[in-house]
Amino acid sequence: MKPSFVSPGNLESNTPVAELLKKDFPVFEERPELVYLDNAATAQKPRQVLEAERDFYSRSCANVHRAIHGIGEEATSRYEAARSRIATFIGAQREEVIFTRGTTESINLVAHSFGETLNAGDEIILSEMEHHANLVPWHMLAARRGVVLRFIPLTETGELDLGVYEKLLNKRTRLVSVTMVSNVLGTINPVEKISSLARNAGATVLLDAAQAAPSQTLRVASLGADFLAFSGHKMYGPFGIGVLYGKEALLDALPPFMGGGDMISEVTLEGFSVNELPYKFEAGTPPIAQAVGLAAAADWLTAVNIDALGAYESQLAQRFLRALKDIPGLRVLGDPAQRAGIVALTMEGVHAHDLAAYLDKNQIAVRAGHHCAHPLARRYGVVSSARFSFGAYNLPQEADRAASLVAQAKEVL
Amino acid sequence: MSDAYDSLYEEIIRDHYKKPSHRRLLEGIPFAENPSCGDRVRVSIQVGEDGKISDAAFDGSGCSISMSSADILAEDLVGKSPEEARAQVERFLAVLRGELEIEELDTLGDAMAFKGIARLPVRVKCAALAWRAALQRLEELGV
Repeated sequence: MKPSFVSPGNLESNTPVAELLKKDFPVFEERPELVYLDNAATAQKPRQVLEAERDFYSRSCANVHRAIHGIGEEATSRYEAARSRIATFIGAQREEVIFTRGTTESINLVAHSFGETLNAGDEIILSEMEHHANLVPWHMLAARRGVVLRFIPLTETGELDLGVYEKLLNKRTRLVSVTMVSNVLGTINPVEKISSLARNAGATVLLDAAQAAPSQTLRVASLGADFLAFSGHKMYGPFGIGVLYGKEALLDALPPFMGGGDMISEVTLEGFSVNELPYKFEAGTPPIAQAVGLAAAADWLTAVNIDALGAYESQLAQRFLRALKDIPGLRVLGDPAQRAGIVALTMEGVHAHDLAAYLDKNQIAVRAGHHCAHPLARRYGVVSSARFSFGAYNLPQEADRAASLVAQAKEVL
Repeated sequence: MSDAYDSLYEEIIRDHYKKPSHRRLLEGIPFAENPSCGDRVRVSIQVGEDGKISDAAFDGSGCSISMSSADILAEDLVGKSPEEARAQVERFLAVLRGELEIEELDTLGDAMAFKGIARLPVRVKCAALAWRAALQRLEELGV
């Protein structure tokens, strides 16, 4: 029986669970001293995921679809089983699950294919806290088709200003695309509310679930998502695979994204006709072994109780914040009421890079920089911050140790 | 690398970072920037009547590596001819690009302190920033 986080739980009840789960991660055998607090960038991989990929490569490695041979049929059925597993993971139909390279490619797919249906003057609403992956594809689309980008501003606490959002919505709004969880501030956005307001205005909704996928149950229907994008590697799965969910009717109506093998039903010298869903959006050999690994990651996350895991990470962040409280010159970015296990901070007189290097010398891995969110960094008037992000294997004493090293850093550096 | 060396290098870097001797407000010179971390630095180079660099200075904001590197650079350039300076800057950048051995830094004064980070891709960008800016200035001087 797999240990799983308890809900409702507290740090005391859930720390033993994290300690047991940590044994699932070979990296901590290789590096017993490592305190890994860069989970918002990528999560470590449990052996169940590594084993699933290894097993696929060892026993079923062949290209998918149209294979006559047995090993090819097995590869196809394992790839398609992975799709069904991910469909269950987010409460969708299998035809609605498109495998991509990651969140970035998923959003680019929508910007390209859904973007083709937009015209000059149509409006897209984003927010000030978006990752570059949910900004740049839209800037590129705006330059291409003359669509207008609008931005939901942030309040002082680092939450989306929903009052302004309601005013931004109008009959030209075609798409609202926002993140479920800020990768810098940790803010958990009220996406159900955001999508229901968008729906009332007749707009389509894309949710960036890159940070949410490893810390909360995703149900596309209750989220009100028309599109949902996330990455495998941030949810304890492999690199090189991501997911785009799209409502079947919506995907059916869109032109394809990339062209190539697998996405066609017929090709002549004069042209081509597109394949059915989901293959229409999967050109070329897909990430087959990675899909198998991703399905194993979905199994792992479901077994550990994903919502309780998310709550545990939030509690670790709260404990870390309390321990930081009295450090002079320290500034935490944002103070959202609902915070995931993510904390970004700056310290007067100590550059974030130097702080991260000092922590690294003490075996604590954190990220320093702008975290791929330039507009957000600008909003807070900081060039660079140090980000601490918690995962399933992190422990309260690790949060404490990180905080005490942050406190020391100023004297040492 | 031994800890003793490590701490010697750290001391050199800290010294230039905390007590820079060539840092002052500059105007009318564009910043060289590292967009991945937001560090920015600009460098001025003046050539005296004897044809040698009579003054070099920097200002900007960034981590200890980028700021100490700028101070070390400025200190190093004074007294050199622009041609010598250019050769020096190119040698330093070549080490960071992996085209010259790390030991080459031993011939570059306090810049040897960067031996510890010369093969860390993220920090290399910090260390290179001011030197890239200097190369630009030297090119403007026609070197």
